[in-house]
Amino acid sequence: MTAQRFTNGDRVKVAEITGRRHVRTPGYIQGRHGVIERFCGYFPNPEERSIGLTGLPKIALYRVRFSGADLFKELSSAVADSIDVEVFEHWLREVEDDI
Amino acid sequence: MTSEDNYSDNNVVSKQVHKHDHTPPADQGPVTQVQAIQIAMQELLIEKGLVCAEEIRETVELIDSITPSRGAEVVARAWLDPEFKSRLLHNGTAACLEMGIDLRPTPLVVVENTSLIHNIVVCTLCSCYPRMLLGLPPDWYKSTAYRSRIIIEPRVVLLEFGTNLNPELSIRVHDSTADMRYLVLPQRPNNTENFSVNQLTELVTRDCMIGVTLPKNSVTS
Amino acid sequence: MSAKRIGPHDVAGSVVDPVDTTAHELAGWEKRIDALYKLLADEKRCLFVVDEFRLAIESLGPDVYNTHSYYERWVLAIRDILIKKQIITSDELSQRVVDVLDREV
Repeated sequence: MTAQRFTNGDRVKVAEITGRRHVRTPGYIQGRHGVIERFCGYFPNPEERSIGLTGLPKIALYRVRFSGADLFKELSSAVADSIDVEVFEHWLREVEDDI
Repeated sequence: MTSEDNYSDNNVVSKQVHKHDHTPPADQGPVTQVQAIQIAMQELLIEKGLVCAEEIRETVELIDSITPSRGAEVVARAWLDPEFKSRLLHNGTAACLEMGIDLRPTPLVVVENTSLIHNIVVCTLCSCYPRMLLGLPPDWYKSTAYRSRIIIEPRVVLLEFGTNLNPELSIRVHDSTADMRYLVLPQRPNNTENFSVNQLTELVTRDCMIGVTLPKNSVTS
Repeated sequence: MSAKRIGPHDVAGSVVDPVDTTAHELAGWEKRIDALYKLLADEKRCLFVVDEFRLAIESLGPDVYNTHSYYERWVLAIRDILIKKQIITSDELSQRVVDVLDREV
């Protein structure tokens, strides 16, 4: 268990990772930008547990808030205004503020 | 997920399980190939001593005993008791434990509908659902149609439930992809100031705690 | 929309069918497979964990995933786990399935 890297309000980008069998990061958020809504705690790694390993040490889990209009640009009139998704820390990358 | 998802296991609710003679609904029609696999696996597991028939029967009873009325009681209390509501929004798991509902080890996040935001819960990858509060998820919650569309056209989907949301409301969808479970705290309908806790509980349906409908007596503008 | 998918279960944005908001009452076999899952994965037995179960469902492949009901997928996934872990053999299960179907006739 390592100290959490992100705090509320941090801007993050979800990694695009292929070649793993069981992941809990749906395709529609991979490669997309969001904002940390909250830190949820530490949990065993489901990718490792799915293949019979312990999933330890536990890893940090966050709720990341995405803009529906950002995720689904071509549909932006009908989509949800915001979508909160739980994402494990090893899927998250820092984003520099581009002001 | 699926829940496949964790009931927070056996330490839970046993005290609230009512024991009675219970016959699960009969399986209609001829046994299909998949149903035969279910029966065959169950028989083999019993013969090998890994489970016993009594445990299966008791577990089905436990599953049957958890209904959305549990969640409704939590919501009604939050409507009546602002301090409880504050604790519930801050730490749903701990607040439910106060009411004797043990959700551990799966943490509960309670999301509040307001005059600005309407919340909806989904699990796009499987069927993660607050089973310890609401029982088994309904068919539609597990359906590909709901899981596919609630993010990209929530207002259209809600209309299919007969819910015509105020267009001014911002819609926030919660995708239960990992270890949290979600409960929507709906807005208390107007003109219920004199309602008792039981009357309020009656207004709280399963579907309004997932966010696809509003409580009974709600007026949409 | 999002072309990238992590498996047949990753359905966000994929279909346009209306939501059937009616519910069927669960059959006995559906509740029993739910109960079996819960028992086999409990702390006492721990024959598998939820993540192994999810992987087994996802590994059924798109054809099986899309043509079977929710609890049918559970049955097939648990079957695959029990055989893979050599808790039951494929042969004894096949024979028992034949017996079950014979009995029903």
